[in-house]
Amino acid sequence: MSLLFALALGVLTSTGVWLLLRPRTFDVLLGVTLLAYAVNVYIFAMGRLTPGAPPIISKDTAATLLTHADPLPQALVLTAIVISFAMTALLAVIAIRSAHANKSEHVDADDSELPR
Amino acid sequence: MNHWVVLAVVLPLLSGSLLILLGERNIVWQRALNLLSCAALLALSVHLLILADSGEISVYLLGNWLPNIGISLVLDRLSALMVGLTALLGLVGALFSCGGSDLRARWFHALWQFQLMGLCGAFLTADLFNLFVFFEVLLISSYGLLLHGAHKTQLKRGFHYVTFNLVGSCLFLIAVATLYGMLGTLSMADLAYRIAGTTDADAPFVKAAGLLLLVVFAIKAALLPLYFWLPRTYAAAPAAVAILFALMTKVGVYSILRVYPLLFGDSAGLLQDLALPVLLPVGLLTLLLGAVGAFAARRLRSMIGYLVVASAGTMLLLASFDTALTLGAALYYMVHSTLAVALLFALADLIKNGRGEASDSLIALAALDRPAVLGTAFFVAAMAAAAMPPLSGFLAKALLLQAIAFQDAGIIAWVMILISGLLIILALVRAGSHLFWRTPKPPAAATPSAAQRFEWAAVSVLLIALVALSVLAAPVVNYTQVAGAQLKQPDQMVLTVLKSRPVERAP
Repeated sequence: MSLLFALALGVLTSTGVWLLLRPRTFDVLLGVTLLAYAVNVYIFAMGRLTPGAPPIISKDTAATLLTHADPLPQALVLTAIVISFAMTALLAVIAIRSAHANKSEHVDADDSELPR
Repeated sequence: MNHWVVLAVVLPLLSGSLLILLGERNIVWQRALNLLSCAALLALSVHLLILADSGEISVYLLGNWLPNIGISLVLDRLSALMVGLTALLGLVGALFSCGGSDLRARWFHALWQFQLMGLCGAFLTADLFNLFVFFEVLLISSYGLLLHGAHKTQLKRGFHYVTFNLVGSCLFLIAVATLYGMLGTLSMADLAYRIAGTTDADAPFVKAAGLLLLVVFAIKAALLPLYFWLPRTYAAAPAAVAILFALMTKVGVYSILRVYPLLFGDSAGLLQDLALPVLLPVGLLTLLLGAVGAFAARRLRSMIGYLVVASAGTMLLLASFDTALTLGAALYYMVHSTLAVALLFALADLIKNGRGEASDSLIALAALDRPAVLGTAFFVAAMAAAAMPPLSGFLAKALLLQAIAFQDAGIIAWVMILISGLLIILALVRAGSHLFWRTPKPPAAATPSAAQRFEWAAVSVLLIALVALSVLAAPVVNYTQVAGAQLKQPDQMVLTVLKSRPVERAP
């Protein structure tokens, strides 16, 4: 599972970075989104991958990290998801407004540099 | 637990929310509430400064959790100083915006309060993830403030600024998550304690995370390879916002000063002095580049933007010498340069509005309204920014040259600081002569409108603050020196935080 996780992370990050370097605002927006996904998954993984273990301590099992999933990264990732979601939404609004005001989808508002 | 500490975050949060509830109809109420809240924050920050100056480190445990599990706010001399600066610039910028620029934005005053909340929170928190959250709070309000009016160029620059900072946030999260994965905590005090005991196997990962954090803070501080966004963004920002943005790069510098002596300082074992070898060359080059950029700038406001870059470079150059003396000098310089740059931004806006078509361009010759008053004010501000006597700039530069005089790389730093100082003087002289010297006669002597009174009030407050900083240099320097010494001995803070216990309550 770790290998699968790492591969997914790698694919997400590299696509995100590639899109981020494109000249069109829409591509940049998608790139930021993918990068944010990759980061969120990474935060989640930093609590170690423990399948089938609950994050809340119960009376029956010993309160160690061997029998439980670490709840803190889950709380962190929740915050990070909300923030990155809001920021991406804001970026989308700015991209749309900029496209209207500058009559261009290029990040520098210069259409001649856009690939056909 | 000292509840005054958390008030610096709660006060702007409450007044910001209240401003949203009040709605947008009555601008007078909004302005009054914003100014009142800023004044209250300033009074509170004076109280916090006195509290911190007693040498006591105040810890506030949010939600009454144990310090290594929950989030704690810590007030020491450095954070009290930063909160004080925030409150002062917040008040000045709010005053300036009352001149009419706040009418162009929706929710300007509410965003202003949220911006102050983010700044105060970032300066007070002692938890890395919480630092990230406050960074986002201050960033998202700064997007709103920066884009207000939604002008063409603002949107274009705004898109760059937001994307750049979003990628910065992603890197911040990667660094924070790696630190948590390796060490199992995010409280700075606990991290300092655990980093000291890192094993050989873990050290490379912690090192990678530490250096990644440095990249993030360098983005905020606009250090050398990552400074491109700053001069253009600041030149596109409305003046009141630019005044507050004089502090925004200092957030990055503050984070470096807070995190590196604490987590990777003298007692960090394998990872001791992680950032120092990087800071010296980066600081030197950033300083030089800021000076060259200021010299080459074609518009007044982007020139001031480059002065911001140069001042961040100077501070990190000083931080790289890593002694209590240089850190103290860096802090005094930070207070001075923030005020001087804020004053220049305020004057640049008044000059721009008085020049008609020519705006703040340094090439075109144009008539200027009220050249005598503006010229005198600009002259004083430029003297301060160029480090000429008798103002605080001279004292700051003398202090920092003295502090690094007998260090290893001191001679290179001396040469670089003096050369860039000369370039900055030349740049300011050039700007002054273009703006004031060879101007055609103004058509008619304009009387200041009621709106401009607010703007001149803001300028006067900044001028008084600069003069006060020069006249009261002795107590301020004493304070910053002790603050520098406190940074170099983080043990006191680590122990105070880790030993603090939640308040017990009867069930």
